[in-house]
Amino acid sequence: MSRIGVFVCHCGENIARTVDTAAVAQECGKLPGVIHSVDYKYMCSDPGQLMVKQAIAEHKLTGVVVAACSPHMHEKTFRRATAGAGLNPFLCEMANVREHCSWIHESRTAATEKAIDATRMIVEKVKRNAPLSPIHIPVTRRALVIGGGIAGIQAALDIADGGREVVLVEKEPSIGGHMSQLSETFPTLDCSQCILTPRMVEAFQHPRIKLYTYSEVESVDGYIGNFKVTIRKKARSVDEANCNGCGACQAVCPNKKIPSEFDAGLGKRSAIYVPFPQAVPNIPVIDRERCSYFRAKAKGSTKVVCGKCAEACGKGAVHFDQQDTLVTEDVGAIVVATGYRLYDIGKDQDSELLKGYGEYGYGTVPDVIDGMQFERLASASGPTAGKILRPSDGKEPTSVVFLQCIGSRDPSKGIEYCSKICCMYVAKHTMLYKHKVHHGQATVFYMDIRAAGKGYDEFTRRAIEEDGARYVRGRVSRLYRDGEVIKILGFDTLSGEPIEMDADMVVLATAMRPQAGMAELAQKLSVSYDKHGFINEAHPKLRPVETNTAGVFVAGACQSPRDIPDSVAMASATASKILGLLSNEQLEREPTVARVDESTCSACFHCERVCAYGAVEHKDIRDRSGNLVRVVASVNKGVCQGCGTCLATCPSKSLELDGFTDAQIHAAIMAF
Amino acid sequence: MKIGYFPGCSLHSTGREFNESLRLFAPAIGLELEEIKDWNCCGATSAHATNHLLSIALPARSLALAEEQGMSEVLAPCAACYSRLRTASVELRENPSLQKEVSEVLERPIAATAEVRSISEVLSRMTADIRGAVVQPLAGLKLACYYGCLLVRPPKIASFEDSEMPTSLEGIVSACGAEAVHWDRKLDCCGGGMSLSRTGSVIRLGRSIVSDAQKAGAHAIVVACPMCHSNLDFRQRAMLKGQEGEVVPVLYITQIVGLALGLEPEKLGLRRHFVKTAPFIQRITTVPATAQEA
Amino acid sequence: MSHNENTQGLLSELRQQTGQNAARCYQCGKCSAGCPMAQEMSLRPHDIMRAIASGHEQRLFEGDSIWLCLTCETCTARCPNECDPARVIDFLREKALAKNPKKAPRPIRAFHKAFIRQIRTHGRVYEMGLIADYKLSGGALFQDVSAAPGMMARGKLALMPSTIDGIADVRRIVDACLAKSHGDHGEEA
Repeated sequence: MSRIGVFVCHCGENIARTVDTAAVAQECGKLPGVIHSVDYKYMCSDPGQLMVKQAIAEHKLTGVVVAACSPHMHEKTFRRATAGAGLNPFLCEMANVREHCSWIHESRTAATEKAIDATRMIVEKVKRNAPLSPIHIPVTRRALVIGGGIAGIQAALDIADGGREVVLVEKEPSIGGHMSQLSETFPTLDCSQCILTPRMVEAFQHPRIKLYTYSEVESVDGYIGNFKVTIRKKARSVDEANCNGCGACQAVCPNKKIPSEFDAGLGKRSAIYVPFPQAVPNIPVIDRERCSYFRAKAKGSTKVVCGKCAEACGKGAVHFDQQDTLVTEDVGAIVVATGYRLYDIGKDQDSELLKGYGEYGYGTVPDVIDGMQFERLASASGPTAGKILRPSDGKEPTSVVFLQCIGSRDPSKGIEYCSKICCMYVAKHTMLYKHKVHHGQATVFYMDIRAAGKGYDEFTRRAIEEDGARYVRGRVSRLYRDGEVIKILGFDTLSGEPIEMDADMVVLATAMRPQAGMAELAQKLSVSYDKHGFINEAHPKLRPVETNTAGVFVAGACQSPRDIPDSVAMASATASKILGLLSNEQLEREPTVARVDESTCSACFHCERVCAYGAVEHKDIRDRSGNLVRVVASVNKGVCQGCGTCLATCPSKSLELDGFTDAQIHAAIMAF
Repeated sequence: MKIGYFPGCSLHSTGREFNESLRLFAPAIGLELEEIKDWNCCGATSAHATNHLLSIALPARSLALAEEQGMSEVLAPCAACYSRLRTASVELRENPSLQKEVSEVLERPIAATAEVRSISEVLSRMTADIRGAVVQPLAGLKLACYYGCLLVRPPKIASFEDSEMPTSLEGIVSACGAEAVHWDRKLDCCGGGMSLSRTGSVIRLGRSIVSDAQKAGAHAIVVACPMCHSNLDFRQRAMLKGQEGEVVPVLYITQIVGLALGLEPEKLGLRRHFVKTAPFIQRITTVPATAQEA
Repeated sequence: MSHNENTQGLLSELRQQTGQNAARCYQCGKCSAGCPMAQEMSLRPHDIMRAIASGHEQRLFEGDSIWLCLTCETCTARCPNECDPARVIDFLREKALAKNPKKAPRPIRAFHKAFIRQIRTHGRVYEMGLIADYKLSGGALFQDVSAAPGMMARGKLALMPSTIDGIADVRRIVDACLAKSHGDHGEEA
């Protein structure tokens, strides 16, 4: 005989304003099997929970029904209270009389009736609840980090320093990401490479970090604690074990006119190359698209047109016939830290909207560059050795115009968001320019200066007040080349004056976008992403570094535009979540998963075909002497998400979902 | 190719050489123009500046007639007519309640099925035909192709080509053997709509356009709008008052094609211009045949 | 200027009739930067958007700014925030005429009036008639007078107007539209 307790919550005024909670308690008290029914102002408060606990003890309850808010909100709270009183937590359920009732209805009478109905249904269900115990699944206590920029490096180092192994995968030949390209960093103007390269080396040499560069994640199987990741090691054409990084191959490569990605197209590199001198690892890669050996081969020529690098290599490390290889790694958690790319205003775009900015010549006007290109000009390791010289003729510009919000806050290009870092790096650029070209005039066209951060506003003020940057509030309508100069048509919205001016160079602060291929990667990981391709966090406030897939975490600018300090903070947060996860040998999971009745299963495996999570496996049934009798379906409790699709499709009704059995659901429906 | 034709009011008066030149060469490139019977004025600037419903209803009547007369495409050479007809067609398609209201006002059904085309769109579709029909290549001629406003803006309406970097007119003049110069003011507004009511502003705007064409070394400015034409042609003397440099003749794109097709300048209406076209014509006819071959 | 003016009146009227939301404008000034008439206007396109959003209705109809717009559509084409200032200005001109036609600058008003009258009379516009009507109803009387012989000599001015067959049709359309000068097509239900 059931002994059910019903606890009706007022939720302050939230429920009680529309629902007569006392009436609900009173009516539910009359239900068969209910031996205790009360209402209270805040059931989730300590006194409220105490009421539940005391009632369990006092009335020897066999089931608890809390009529309150959504189970998403407080199911855990009340199940914990129930367990605290010695009752199996899965014998406690909630009836949602707030979101489903008081918040959406006006009539008090009707809402009260509905609340009684909803509670009665749950009472009938709970009568049929069985005690359940959490599922324990083993954990592979190592992590995968995708992306070797500052966020990925930080996450990897923190996890490794915390004692767990890390597999770090970077698609470029070197780790370091965008931060390695930067000249100096705001708001302290410290040299980017000086603070980054020690961390790169540390990651490379760390005994618990396994580094795969020039590699990409091919596929991901499994689930939290038990991921199996296949990594494609792209053919470097150079044997990593033998290469000693002497650079002889690069020196002899005849093809040295390739625009360098690291120098944002302003410098040149060879076909066999190390992206930059401080690259980690310091091992070259052959760009097969541009190497004449491979180009000739691709055209079907059997003649060996070049092989100078292989000849020059004293170690015999250049291997033209190297192939991509696939390796698998078992990990318990994954960090997505793939970073960003800058919007390029050129005509070649992946969406129609992004093709805009014809009024700025689609970026084809000489000496109109983007922020990253300016970083390379300002960088001591850059193509001009840190001199600010304009690309077209190598002259020192005496007037540089910076345009902010290019593509950002620009719904007509499909990008409504603020890229967050541009206000700061533009201020930095004006300072670097002034420090290097004393007689130069920097002019910034901006909409709003967004400089929230420690020392940030002070920094932008310094650019204006001390370093003489002229800030003009307004967007530029058009720019075009006129002889030696670039004509700018703008407007100063603060003075109300149209501005027509000449510039020697223009720098566009273009929008931060997620890396190309984010949708594909997100699909491999089953994590959701927004319409721009940024990875969605599980909760914008309370779960900022988790994704909607358990065991997959996110760090850095692949989640939303962010600067270095924020990316590093986020990476450390992620590492701490992962260290927490990996501190257990086993994971506890909710036991509301599907279960197969092996005696009736006909092995049709419809369930296997419809399962979105790959949780259904084949299980051999053998007799005592080990002979195979038959095969049945079996649910992997670690993978099952309890969605119930298999139940619906099973023709022999051999599947049940624990906690939501047919008997429970029928009883609830019949009670309506 | 057969296409519905909406000449518009200007092409019967100030812009009559636009109409004449188009009709003159059209058969040579296989373009058949079928004029919408009993079309009416599109309402141009005045209707949309004063009464939105009227600005839709006036062109809608002509579009409805085009539909009744079985036309699926309508060429409106005048850029203003093109813009008004196309705006009406886009708005009517997007807004069923407006369509209903306009149809009530017209007292006839209007589905806006006919696609409205500009002269640059139609001719650039036929560049191969033009190239094939050229008998007098315009080699050595430098032309400044001027789009102005309504041929390319707003992009939602004039969606045929890039609103900031259009190339259709350049394509047509190069099919005629001429060279399109690079210049900066081809998208600027000449102020044509206020030629009468605010002449001072119009002269200021026109001056920068003509000066830029001069600077680019253009032998002529090529237009596809009777308002731009009458503005830049008729008022050019005032625009260049006190300025250095030679006057720049202003020709319709259809006159350029006509010249390349070997038609007589007089018949193409080149004598109707205020800025003398004689030196320009001279330039074409004195190009030696060998240079033309190259 | 009182800051208690109701910002909702004109803002919501605009939205209802044109679908345009002036509150969307974030005052970047790109419209005014490219506007060929900005230097002659006291209220530039972005000022106009701002005046609507802040309910300064009077300011909009005081000067002649809205009448100087050439509808070149540069503002609309380049607006990063998908506003359509050209359409907004058309709306304001229509509204200004309905409120008080005399506020519009005389030559511009005379031109529009003459133009529509031409359409109403002939179904098409005949420049000769248009110019005569424009000058008589308040346009600059002697401006461009010397051009007429030149125009005539070049065959550019048709002297005799001919009227389209469906003139009754056009007349009815013009009258109906002028009578119901406020449509309601902004946002669809």
